[in-house]
Amino acid sequence: MSDSNQASQQQDTTPKKKNKYDFSETNKPLNINLSWCKACNICIAMCPQQIFEPDRDGRPIQTRPEDCTQCTICWVHCPDFCITSTVK
Amino acid sequence: MATAEKQKSDVMLDYLIPQKKFPSVWCPGCGNGIVMGAFIRAVDKLEYDRNDIAMVSGIGCTSRMPVYLDFNSLHTMHGRALAFATGVKFAQPKMKVVVITGDGDALAIGGNHFIHACRRNIDITCILINNHTYGMTGGQGSPTTPSDAISTTTPFGNVEKHFDPCDLAKSAGASYVARGTVYHYPQLEKIITAALEHKGFSLVEVISNCHTYYGRLNKKGDAPAMLDMFKDLSVTKAKAKNMEQEELENKFVIGKMHEDNVKTEFCDEYKKIIDKQKG
Repeated sequence: MSDSNQASQQQDTTPKKKNKYDFSETNKPLNINLSWCKACNICIAMCPQQIFEPDRDGRPIQTRPEDCTQCTICWVHCPDFCITSTVK
Repeated sequence: MATAEKQKSDVMLDYLIPQKKFPSVWCPGCGNGIVMGAFIRAVDKLEYDRNDIAMVSGIGCTSRMPVYLDFNSLHTMHGRALAFATGVKFAQPKMKVVVITGDGDALAIGGNHFIHACRRNIDITCILINNHTYGMTGGQGSPTTPSDAISTTTPFGNVEKHFDPCDLAKSAGASYVARGTVYHYPQLEKIITAALEHKGFSLVEVISNCHTYYGRLNKKGDAPAMLDMFKDLSVTKAKAKNMEQEELENKFVIGKMHEDNVKTEFCDEYKKIIDKQKG
């Protein structure tokens, strides 16, 4: 118990990591095939972490890639098979 | 369903026909693509050989689906997909026959074929995508358009009552009946997997969105708004048991409705007769 308490205290000092993945602007969580995308906005509306934002044409851009938890919601609900994961 | 391994996110790309020009012909955000993804992942999970699967479809938006997929496919007359599928199954009993059909295709034009395929309990998986309207021809009222809903043939509200395909199939004799929506994806994939494994006629009704006609005429919003609507209107079967009939109006009860593993299958019975006559 004491070990785990210490570990949790140590974690509190460091900035909290949101998930087990280490995504960033250069290491994107998803590959998006924009030539097949029809800008239906389903991925933007359904993402629980809201990592997408629409661009000028309404297609998704990954603006907050560090929050992605690879929950599969965006790519199973994409009707045009545009979204695939970079790690799965 | 038993395989615990996680699927890759790009598994469906292996099953698309590469010569076909993508993106597909469907409207942006159409639920048909989500159902297509669920079907591909179910087939991949069950590890079927793709030469053993025959996809039969009629006419309509949903019936464009076999064109994009790398299975044996048969694109038939309006409403007659189940009749053709009965012939395919009868000639090749080892083949997995899957019928992709829409609500107008299966219940209006092909209503008679539908109830008789259920009655025979022939081993066909029928995926009925219900979007409450005729999408391809311009938003006319279909047998599943709800009462008071507006369509291009009922501009002042629909006065008819709508069909419940699950109840119809169950009373006509289908041995596996389930309903899912495009919003509840994991359940949809499970239902399609169970339906493919089931021996006998299995009906999967999928509530899908047609925001281009049904949604626009009835002011239901765009594709994400309609998916959210399905989330609000769906009731699980366990919850629906304790609810009144009036509360359940205009709601969808989702989940497995009926399963009968005792009922005899049509091809098996026919084979028995052949063996008997041979002596």
